[in-house]
Amino acid sequence: MGLLDIFKKIEPDKKKSPILHTLFDAVFTFAYSPNTVTSGKGVHVRDGMDLKRQMIHVVLALGGLFLFGAYNIGHQHFIAQGNYTGFLEAVGLKLIYGLVKLLPLFIVANVVGLGIEIITAARKGHAVEEGFIVSGALIPLIMPPDLPLWILAVAVAFAVIIGKEAFGGTGMNIWNIALLARVFVFFAYPTTIAGDEVWVAGYEKLAEGAATEYGFMITSVINPILEAIGSISFTPAVVADGFTGATPLSLAYQGGWDAVTQHYSTAQMFWGSIPGSIGETSKPLIVLGALFLLITGIASWRIMLSMTIGAIVMAMILNAWGASPMMTVPWMYQFYMGSFFFAMAFMATDPVTASGTNTGKWIYGITIGAIGMIIRTINPAYPEGWMLAILFANTFAPLIDHYVLQANITKRLKRA
Amino acid sequence: MNKGIKLFAFIACLVFSVSPLAAQTSGGSNKGFIIGLIVAGAILLLWAIISITDNLLQIEANKAGIDPEKENMSLFPKFKDLFSKGAPAYVQDNHFVRLNKGFDIKLAGGISDESIHDAAVTRFSLSPYNFRGISPIPKVVVAVGDEVKAGDVLFFDKKNPDVKYVSPVSGEIVDIQRGAKRSISDVIIMADKEQQFATIEAPSLDAISRDELVAFMASSGAWTLLNQRPYDVLPELTDVPRDIFISTFDTAPLAPDSKLFIQGNEAAFQKGVDVLNHLTEGKVHLGLDARSSKSNSAYAGFENAAKHYFAGPHPAGNVGIQIHHINPIGLNDKVWTLNVQDVITLGKIFTEGKYDASRIVALTGAELKEPKYVRTYQGANIAELLKDNVDSNNYRMVSGDVLSGTAKNGEGFLDLKDDQVTVVEEGDQYEAFGWLAPIAPRPSVSNTYPWFLYPNYKHRANTNTHGEKRAFVVTGQYENVLPMDIYPQFLMKSIMTQEIEKMEGLGLNELTEEDVALCEFVCTSKAPLQELLREGLDYARAQQ
Repeated sequence: MGLLDIFKKIEPDKKKSPILHTLFDAVFTFAYSPNTVTSGKGVHVRDGMDLKRQMIHVVLALGGLFLFGAYNIGHQHFIAQGNYTGFLEAVGLKLIYGLVKLLPLFIVANVVGLGIEIITAARKGHAVEEGFIVSGALIPLIMPPDLPLWILAVAVAFAVIIGKEAFGGTGMNIWNIALLARVFVFFAYPTTIAGDEVWVAGYEKLAEGAATEYGFMITSVINPILEAIGSISFTPAVVADGFTGATPLSLAYQGGWDAVTQHYSTAQMFWGSIPGSIGETSKPLIVLGALFLLITGIASWRIMLSMTIGAIVMAMILNAWGASPMMTVPWMYQFYMGSFFFAMAFMATDPVTASGTNTGKWIYGITIGAIGMIIRTINPAYPEGWMLAILFANTFAPLIDHYVLQANITKRLKRA
Repeated sequence: MNKGIKLFAFIACLVFSVSPLAAQTSGGSNKGFIIGLIVAGAILLLWAIISITDNLLQIEANKAGIDPEKENMSLFPKFKDLFSKGAPAYVQDNHFVRLNKGFDIKLAGGISDESIHDAAVTRFSLSPYNFRGISPIPKVVVAVGDEVKAGDVLFFDKKNPDVKYVSPVSGEIVDIQRGAKRSISDVIIMADKEQQFATIEAPSLDAISRDELVAFMASSGAWTLLNQRPYDVLPELTDVPRDIFISTFDTAPLAPDSKLFIQGNEAAFQKGVDVLNHLTEGKVHLGLDARSSKSNSAYAGFENAAKHYFAGPHPAGNVGIQIHHINPIGLNDKVWTLNVQDVITLGKIFTEGKYDASRIVALTGAELKEPKYVRTYQGANIAELLKDNVDSNNYRMVSGDVLSGTAKNGEGFLDLKDDQVTVVEEGDQYEAFGWLAPIAPRPSVSNTYPWFLYPNYKHRANTNTHGEKRAFVVTGQYENVLPMDIYPQFLMKSIMTQEIEKMEGLGLNELTEEDVALCEFVCTSKAPLQELLREGLDYARAQQ
């Protein structure tokens, strides 16, 4: 109990320094479950599950995506140069490069987000709620690797302050926090998150012969270390001939499935060694994470299933229409491209912003699946539809619930 | 849950496996699209015709008075007929309900030996707090030092002086305790070694009108055995219940086996059911246990009662759940509920002419040296019941089960309707990373704990909250453990915002604390649902 004594000794005064105390409380309850007992008026025994455990299991499900996402940043970077193009060549360099890009995003998102959470919690006089544990893990994964950190900070601040705290904190928000941060970047700084240029890290412009830009971290810290231990190091290079950096989705727009397969094999798209947002590319790892969430019962299978059904049906209908190259992409290939699985497993299933009734969840999921597919396929301005579709369905989730509840009420009134 | 995973995996496989085959097929053309539309339209039309026919058939069946629960007059098989297991053979033609939602909390400290011991309890109490709706300071007609017999009047409510509250045991009044605002909290009786019963001249049921029966019950103390839903109150003398419901089994954690209650008391129970039949315009309904494949219900042979079998995990034995599946409480309905042991006490007034409030009580919990059944009376002192039996220094005594019982201190008495005492460890300790990697197993519905693979492991629970209170975040978890057509989370929110019409529309009247207790147990946000529900019930009752 040594650690417990230390904690008790350093506990700041709640009145004098509320923010410090809130920070202390957050760290302390992280290290030790509190000694509170049931009140004696309700249940005497409680389930072992709490919100911390709930949230951390979502983060665990994301673990593989962080690792793969970091590696893929490095992989895409070297492919652009035409160096180490095999997936398992220069593993160390790719991973280091990816981490140099991903860690600052992760740290900035969490410092800004948790900072705001702690300050608001102190002002309101309650404990820091755990909602941002998941948001803070999701946000880096849905951003392009080269996103300027200040833009990320502004986006996270916007999402947490306007999207969450203004509505009353964790559990009260209407829109998915992570997607709100992304949609903010998407509309406020579109050039940093849309187009063919942004998905490969390390280049100002992906034109032929453009030079690689290595920052201070790589040239002055990592390279000397690598050279000291006699390993291969980062060497300035130029973009290889014919490299475009286009994602499968933008290729499919212009030339349908044939244009996609000229650049990427289905295996590449399936395993995820393609450019894209950091966490979205690896389908097997996402499906593993989704299965983990389903087996532990944390995410709603109803939403995942209904969203899949909605997307498949809509893709089939659009196939039948077939008016543009994108619409002619066979429906099952739609799932190789873009971030359907990531959105389904981790974004749509956010319990706070989804429908709260089981019937509502079916409607909610089908809505997202169908609308997301429509946006992706028909609207040329938005290369991917899930972000907007989920935010749209978030907006309507309370309405869906209202009608489900109203049906329940009407049924009961009729019986009387 | 499992079905969902399977279906999802199936579709995921489909998406990945079919793709290479269909790669060659082209996207289709406008012609195909139009044909598709026509086919879809035709299917829709056909479906409309069939469903209209089906509706008409069911309307006809309704007019002919066919019970839709028993005869399926629809063209479609019922969903539950397709997917649920059939009823055990002993159910025969009786109404059978299999509940799939719910959860059995497996706790250590159950009773292995079914023999019933005598309890050496000397102090008993009748507490006005146990009767919801009576004035806080009833008129006490006895004084400290008076001798009373079992069945003698102890106090009555000044607003409703005809209803008498009678002593559960014979002995000497030793104390009249007062609680907050000088309300009477306990009338305490030191029991005699040999119990004396006041003689009651019970009328014959054949020659008595309902009004006379009600008057007799009010004066003999039998009326106080009744409980009225909604709100769980003592009924007014003018109330006529739509139906009366008796659950003959208890599914709560470590609950006593109700077949012990009935042994030797069959005649009294039957008489009690007969009396209740006189009091209602509807029926007396018995909820029977159909959880095991072999018939074990000692209650199947009683007459004058409609029998309904229930199978499934807790809360299948809760009378509120059973009412919901037999005939739900409507907005203007009043129904009565009784425990088995109360029915037996009621019956004995008529068969033996005495108010016999003896109770078989299960002493349970992992903190006991020897969990066992004891024979005692209503309102027994809990510390005396547990004397020399507790094997712990830091424990909580609960009158009732761990889900909806009441915590008692050493001076506490068994609550009126309780037939169980549970002793659990107080969990007032910090636990390093207790939320992430708990070493000690604890009961949970969550599959994030590896021991979900061992559903029969008996846990040693404690009273720690295992986390702090939060806003509602997780959805759908209450619905998984409440086998009713109710949305508990939205109901709770409507109680918080005091929207009376929404509360009642969402089924407030059908619930009582014990029904939402399991929801409170599983709640990730550690919300006090039972307190909240009672707030709503009190609020709705005040609006009447």
